[in-house]
Amino acid sequence: MPFQPIKFYQTGTFTVGNRLLNPDDRSVQSHQDRINSINSGHRACQGCGEALGARYALDAAMEATGSQLIAANATGCLEVFTTPYPETSWQIPWMHSLFGNAAAVATGIAAAMKVKGRSDVRVIAQGGDGGTTDIGFGCLSGMFERNDDVLYICYDNEAYMNTGVQRSSATPAAARTATTMPVGPNPGNVFGQGKFVPAIAMAHEIPYVATATVADLRDLEAKVKRAMEFRGARYIHILVPCPLGWGSASHDTIRIARLAHETGMFPVFEAEYGVQVSALPIREQLPVEEYLKPQKRFAHLFGAKPKLDMIAKIQERADRNIRKYGQAPQQEVV
Amino acid sequence: MLKQIEGSRAVAEAIAMCRPEVVCAYPISPQTHIVEALGESVKSGELANCEFINVESEFAAMSVAIGASAAGARSYTATASQGLLFMVEAVYNASGLGLPIVMTVANRAIGAPINIWNDHSDSLSQRDSGWMQLFAETNQEALDLHIQAFRLAEELSLPVMVCMDGFILTHAYERVDMPTQQQVDAYLPPYEPRQVLDPRAPVSIGAMVGPEAFMEVRYLAHAKQMQALERIPQLAAEFKQVFGRDTGGLTHTYRAEDAETIVVAMGSVLGTIKDTIDEMRDDGHKIGVLGITSYRPFPLAQVRAALQNTKRVVVLEKSLAVGIGGILSTDVRMALSGIQLHGYTVVAGLGGRAITRKSLHKLFREAEQDALQPLTFLDLDWNVVNKQLARERAGRRSGPAAENMLRDIGTVASKIA
Amino acid sequence: MDKPFAITLDPGSSLANHTGSWRTERPLYVDRMPPCNAACPSGENIQSWLFHAESGEYERAWRVLIENNPFPAIMGRVCYHPCEGACNRGQMDSSVGINSVERFLGDEAIKRGWKFDKPATLSGKRVLVVGAGPSGLSAAYHLARLGHIVEIHEAGPLSGGMMRFGIPKYRLPRDVLDAEVARILDLGVTLRLNTKVANIEQSIKQGGFDAAFLAVGAHIGKRAFIPAGDAARIVDAVSVLRSMEGEDKPMLGRRVVVYGGGNTAIDVARTAKRMGATEAIIVYRRTREKMPAHDFEVEEALQEGVLIKWLSTIKHADAHSLTVEKMVLDNKGVPQPTGEFETMEADSLVLALGQDVDLSLLQGVPGIEIKDGTVQVGSNMMTGHKGVFAGGDMVPSERTVTVGVGHGKKAARHIDAWLRGAAYEPAAKHELADFKMLHTWYYADAPKTVRPMLDMIRRQTSFDEVQGGLDETNALFEARRCLSCGNCFECDNCYGVCPDNAVIKLGAGKRFKFNYDYCKGCGMCVAECPCGAIKMVPEEI
Repeated sequence: MPFQPIKFYQTGTFTVGNRLLNPDDRSVQSHQDRINSINSGHRACQGCGEALGARYALDAAMEATGSQLIAANATGCLEVFTTPYPETSWQIPWMHSLFGNAAAVATGIAAAMKVKGRSDVRVIAQGGDGGTTDIGFGCLSGMFERNDDVLYICYDNEAYMNTGVQRSSATPAAARTATTMPVGPNPGNVFGQGKFVPAIAMAHEIPYVATATVADLRDLEAKVKRAMEFRGARYIHILVPCPLGWGSASHDTIRIARLAHETGMFPVFEAEYGVQVSALPIREQLPVEEYLKPQKRFAHLFGAKPKLDMIAKIQERADRNIRKYGQAPQQEVV
Repeated sequence: MLKQIEGSRAVAEAIAMCRPEVVCAYPISPQTHIVEALGESVKSGELANCEFINVESEFAAMSVAIGASAAGARSYTATASQGLLFMVEAVYNASGLGLPIVMTVANRAIGAPINIWNDHSDSLSQRDSGWMQLFAETNQEALDLHIQAFRLAEELSLPVMVCMDGFILTHAYERVDMPTQQQVDAYLPPYEPRQVLDPRAPVSIGAMVGPEAFMEVRYLAHAKQMQALERIPQLAAEFKQVFGRDTGGLTHTYRAEDAETIVVAMGSVLGTIKDTIDEMRDDGHKIGVLGITSYRPFPLAQVRAALQNTKRVVVLEKSLAVGIGGILSTDVRMALSGIQLHGYTVVAGLGGRAITRKSLHKLFREAEQDALQPLTFLDLDWNVVNKQLARERAGRRSGPAAENMLRDIGTVASKIA
Repeated sequence: MDKPFAITLDPGSSLANHTGSWRTERPLYVDRMPPCNAACPSGENIQSWLFHAESGEYERAWRVLIENNPFPAIMGRVCYHPCEGACNRGQMDSSVGINSVERFLGDEAIKRGWKFDKPATLSGKRVLVVGAGPSGLSAAYHLARLGHIVEIHEAGPLSGGMMRFGIPKYRLPRDVLDAEVARILDLGVTLRLNTKVANIEQSIKQGGFDAAFLAVGAHIGKRAFIPAGDAARIVDAVSVLRSMEGEDKPMLGRRVVVYGGGNTAIDVARTAKRMGATEAIIVYRRTREKMPAHDFEVEEALQEGVLIKWLSTIKHADAHSLTVEKMVLDNKGVPQPTGEFETMEADSLVLALGQDVDLSLLQGVPGIEIKDGTVQVGSNMMTGHKGVFAGGDMVPSERTVTVGVGHGKKAARHIDAWLRGAAYEPAAKHELADFKMLHTWYYADAPKTVRPMLDMIRRQTSFDEVQGGLDETNALFEARRCLSCGNCFECDNCYGVCPDNAVIKLGAGKRFKFNYDYCKGCGMCVAECPCGAIKMVPEEI
């Protein structure tokens, strides 16, 4: 049959695979012989977004580097659920040192590779939001500033989940955590605090910064592969819903990540050398309630008397994100 | 080759000859000159095949060294005092993971009050960190010990601190016999890691270990240091073969054969003590010295053998375990378990307080007469201390102690008021 | 390598930890009934043949299609495609153009000369099929493929039945019809034309048949009593359409009035227009919303210049005029006379009020039950007379080609079972794949391919086909719009979204299986399956 360039209307590239695409054009995750950087038997909770995000990202990085990859891992869920003695789920060279030093450990690994004449081996550092935006932030900024040849991936589930859901600087306003309980006149996490590390990473003017969610695999894989085209410091911030900490159903992990993007709660974009170069358009903007309602950490907003003022403030923030990062719904090109 | 050179520079040159592959640098006095010199060597190309990384903190310095070492690179860093404390979590981690990092600690006091001068509080605070600690008496020993340290660390896959007194050694210009690169290469083979991060043979390093195996992991760390007790003298002997110098080992005795009083100490103060003892020997006093080079592992058997036949032991240490007294002396007493003799702990030289021969003469004579308190603070200004204690007894809001005492002494700070 | 105890571990060793024991629910792969399949009167497995068409495997798609229906090229032209009405995609943007893909496959088969597979074994049983219309031909096809000897007795001079005599050429070119009938005959089916069965019992006996399938259709146009003058020209629609096939084209005049509101009325009006009538007017007693004809056909007729007079009944016919009474709908939607009359010019009046069945061949046959002019059959399509089955327009049902073809298939399967002394048990129907079971986020929106239309003038002046076919690009496009409701189409989502790598990909065309050693039962695969082909079931203790 003669080759016909066809646009795939059935599922486009939204699904993991598409049997109608050339094997080369399919996602890494769709390959029958995919690497599975994290093996089965890990002890993540049911429906863990981080387990998924880490496999997505590392498998893509493995493919991009021809399996010449070493990963350094901060303390946290990902570390604990993958490497309890005597079993590890990692199928790649992997190291865990401390909670706050993954970026620096990765710098050391990269330096070793360079000095050993093995610059083909690429280095990833990874951690949760606590290990990245809080305790590991000094090392992270240092690694950025020196432009060390490391891709740092933050799996952001917006609180300290491993220790029992305490607030981090990535916890969103109004969210309930064990240290921001939904009590008193300002229930949940306070408004006007927290930091968005991707923007801070951009301020370092490092070669590449991107955000992604586990809901859009193709976007995530493309960003990891793009990151691997650069040398120097790179940062990818992946939103990974946590059924335990967010109080959501284990089967809703991807749906909630998708809603985070489609409501504007979590901006999805990429930047090079400090300048934003793309945004993932929202197909149809949804009100923030769609995102908030399936999560028990926001349940206090929707009691008998919904806290409309707080919801409005969250909506305002989402709208601002959409404007700021240029994610407004676009007419889909047919 | 003999060379008149600053201690830090001498150490830096010796380290460069050890061909480190990753050097992490973060400034803190008094170690700064070492990494400065190394940085210059790397930048000039003199020290080839080495990544010199200006990190943002000591915590990062040790962390970078951890990553580099785990990835198979010979890794080095240097620190002191607050810097050592700032990296403590990573210090424990490096030894826990069995990574043969070598670190110079230019010994310095720990604040508050902030103080940049020498004592041993910093490295002694890390006595249980799982690192080996070798103390240098002279600049020659400091540079020699670094060469031995890399070999020891890599053979046992354990990290080593080489401790040298801040300023007293680091900033002192002395004549040293600088080894040749050929000698160092002959003594120190390239680093062959016990475990390494390598895509060709993936492993997971740094697993979470629960109650079922944690004790065993800790015991194995201890067993390795016990092995070091055997290896350290052997390495010193091999060192002598190559370099022709007696350096290192576990302990050194000086004029102790028939001594009725033996002074135990570590680091550069041994020089002053030896001078004092020479003078006392000339006056017929039966007094000698036991210098401890290997603080960790602690050579219990060698210390016991050296001290078991003496009448009294004076442990003079530049450290204070607040609330009990000596730190080194605790270990010495453990070595002497079951042996009846007079033992004295002398805390001296904290925060750079000079330890003079004059004070030592007086101290040792009092010791010989068993007139010392079990815990003695050398050259403590009781006047100042008592005044402050009186103030504090008088009222709750007695003000900051350090400022008060400076005012009492009449130094610069008092002019502020 | 001599690894440090406990702190350094061998890669991937967590396989020793079977996390499947955490599970309280387990996912299961299922095949659900796509609404298109459920709606197809011929029981086509539409989703399945679209699946193959999506990857350009047209012959394979065609072979799946003809398992149920031997007439894709005809269906692709004349079927009123209830499948598209049921299509879940209609709730997203617009239905998949199933019918046009079917036509494309049918045309490809004719173009490339694809043949039916001959049966592997022969039964030696003989079956008589009466009538070579869609139902009879369908039954003959299925029976022949099941290994039986089939003989068709057709009273008329040509095969095709209503496909030839009831459907205008502009909707079904005769070369297409001939090609698809010929392919059935190629299977070894004997067709005897001009062979009217006067008495079925006799014919069975004489021919030594083991069973018979009757599908004589409904060819007798219904006549309503309309007071008419002697010179009035009143004909019935079936006769008009039938005579279009012969040498003597019907003389309808310049102004033709058609009475009725079904598809046949539309066909006749459009035919009249093509034959040169300056005006073709449909008179119908109710409104457009109530009209039984398919809306798209009404629309095409209106575009071609056919006029429709709503809410009107014909009271009297004369040589060149008709008297018409205006009607109103009462609150129950039933038309009621108003007593208001008007006169309209008409050279001829064509009655399109439905058809009756010629039941003469059943006269005196014991066990046969006739009710409202149709033959009663059981759920196995058998009449009250053992071994005599019936289907198509002569039994009570909707009268379309597709329904007829479906009857033929169903009857063939029951006849086959009956001949073996067994009963045919159709496979249990799968649960319907409802729109709510789909995860439509994964499907991209797309406009429906508008079939290339011949220009209006050409349509009005000739009997060329009104609708052009899809070319390969369009056909692929259209096929790929299928949502594959309720049936895995190997999008890899379950395989990708499992946080525990507990889905095993078996390779192209082989789908997936769960590795229950590690599946924790989170249900993400179910939630993210675009087509609703996985469900969670409680774990058994």
